[in-house]
Amino acid sequence: MSGARTLFDKLWERHLVRPQTDATPAVLYIDLHLVHEVTSAQAFTELRNRGLKVRAPQRTIATMDHSTPTTPGGFKAMPVLDASATSRKAQLDQLAKNCEEFGIPLLALGDKRQGIVHVIGPELGLTQPGMTVVCGDSHTSTHGAFGALAFGIGTSQVAHVLASQCLLQTRPKTLEVRVDGKLRPGVSAKDVILAVCTRLGVGGATGHVIEYTGSVIRALSMEERMTVCNMSIEAGARAGMIAPDETTFEYLKGKPHAPKGAEWDAAVADWKTLRTDEGATYDQTIVIDGSALEPWITYGTNPGMGMSINQPVPDPASLADRSERDSAAKALKYMGLEAGKKLAGTPVDVVFFGSCTNARISDLRDAATVLRGRHVAPNVRVLVVPGSQQVKRQAEAEGLDVIFKDAGAEWREAGCSMCIAMNGDQLRPGQLAVSTSNRNFEGRQGSGGRTLLASPLTAAAAAVTGVITDPRTLLEVAV
Amino acid sequence: MTGTQWKFSSTYVVLPTENVDTDQIIPARFLTTTSRAGLGPNAFNDWRYLADGSPNPDFVLNKPESKGAEVLVAGHNFGCGSSREHAVWALAGAGFRAVVSSTFADIFRGNALGNGLLPIQVSPEVLAKLMSSHTPASKVTVDLETSTLTLPSGETVTFPVPPFSKYCLLNGIDEMGFLLKTTDDTAKYEAAHRSSFSTLAAAGAA
Ligand code: SF4
Repeated sequence: MSGARTLFDKLWERHLVRPQTDATPAVLYIDLHLVHEVTSAQAFTELRNRGLKVRAPQRTIATMDHSTPTTPGGFKAMPVLDASATSRKAQLDQLAKNCEEFGIPLLALGDKRQGIVHVIGPELGLTQPGMTVVCGDSHTSTHGAFGALAFGIGTSQVAHVLASQCLLQTRPKTLEVRVDGKLRPGVSAKDVILAVCTRLGVGGATGHVIEYTGSVIRALSMEERMTVCNMSIEAGARAGMIAPDETTFEYLKGKPHAPKGAEWDAAVADWKTLRTDEGATYDQTIVIDGSALEPWITYGTNPGMGMSINQPVPDPASLADRSERDSAAKALKYMGLEAGKKLAGTPVDVVFFGSCTNARISDLRDAATVLRGRHVAPNVRVLVVPGSQQVKRQAEAEGLDVIFKDAGAEWREAGCSMCIAMNGDQLRPGQLAVSTSNRNFEGRQGSGGRTLLASPLTAAAAAVTGVITDPRTLLEVAV
Repeated sequence: MTGTQWKFSSTYVVLPTENVDTDQIIPARFLTTTSRAGLGPNAFNDWRYLADGSPNPDFVLNKPESKGAEVLVAGHNFGCGSSREHAVWALAGAGFRAVVSSTFADIFRGNALGNGLLPIQVSPEVLAKLMSSHTPASKVTVDLETSTLTLPSGETVTFPVPPFSKYCLLNGIDEMGFLLKTTDDTAKYEAAHRSSFSTLAAAGAA
């Protein structure tokens, strides 16, 4: 084997408990296992049925996020719990019971560190370069922003990691996504990753781990890098990652669980080796000109169906393959959008700021830039759901909550909320939403609801104008 | 479990949609369950039922000829999106033992293999043939041992199955059992690699 290795190669090799053979997958060690209420109960049941313990509780941490209420006061403030709330509460209680029984730390509702699992791992400094990070959640790819190998797993695998701290994995292929140039004002990390998903298509990176490289990626903050890595799964990738650099170290320094003192220096020295060597090769590379990107928005029913905001909706008839054509036509029918027509000017019913893609403090600051001194358009419902309690406190310290409330938006408690619409925050059938989340699948934000994915800036522009709007027209920057 | 269980013939259901995501297979509002069982009736819930809860007569699973079919034939990139294993439990609960498509999303494929729902990957041409030549009586035969799928025409194609998954399924061994036998190696690995993050307990998270 030649000496030059990719970042992925290095991460993979570091975690081999047993290498892959012709007959068996590799046994990969897992450094950090994040747990939440929706995908863990059946795994704990399996452990119980087999009489197994959690091998490394100190490498495991649980939180409550997917189905938690984000209304002030939570369950306690609800006069009656309907059937759905009752079953959600039972699931949350079950997580608390499981964590207690198996000795796993839990950041429960009410804990000041509670929040969306992919927001809290980084902000607590748990996610660090060089680690393997897993969670029963496909957006675990978020943590790859730190130069970690981070990916989502199913519930059976959650049980595997709980019991053995290892996973059976077949080595994936590598895909370099290089974003060159420099982003123009008003164009953000979300626009970059939506454009990448459009380019690759919703299944285009299947079987691959993406490494994001290039001057645009290097210039992004950690929060923006997380936005990019978060949506790797939306192109089908197993994981997405960015080599750590000074931006990474700067972010981590002083975080509660980051190494301290001499351990910090040793860690940084090691982390600096986590980069793709000169001469190493990827199985595939795609290059995107970041300087040419514009605010991006989706028009269809998967994240690969996107376009720059000033383009007309693509015509399914232009697709050569019949089943692709039928699927695209079906998507437009569901969305109630017309091929050939521009989206700008289309009225929206709901704007959702939230999710593990875009509910960190920088995202809320972006939203506030547009909402400051303006008012939400009549008949538009606007929800602002911070990604964690910590983000919420920070936003309140900066007065962002006041900006949102003065503008007529709802300021909520931390959680996944309308990203997955399990907790009662949801669209009504037919409603059209601009959302900063990551999935626009049919009914994702509520049965019959229709979702357009966009950046916090674009979402904010829709909130104040009531129609799809290029945010640059409100920011006084060149369009 | 034995090899004979992994050879079966069945009629099949055609769902020509591409990029069927796991939110369609099992919408999120059904994920509040803490059990693996009981999700079958909600498989494809929002396509399968009308707003009033009655079966949507236009959806393929509600057609009389779909009854009893153990194989689902669907468009490419089946199972994309969320990692929810509930999607596999729902399909199995609805009576399916195999899904045929031209590509599968990674996490779905792993979840399916772990639960004995066979993800059968065929070429786009074979997939097109299965869809276009389908009649209510058409049957396919799945044989895991030989990794073959026999089309209604009698033509036989092979499909890829990771050797380890095949071994586990045919011999009734599960991945957990295998992993638990590697604990000596894991202990050695742990001794050689110290954690860089301060433990949660030490930081007072509990
Ligand atoms: S915010 Fe949405 S995508 Fe992220 S973990 Fe929660 S439900 Fe999943």
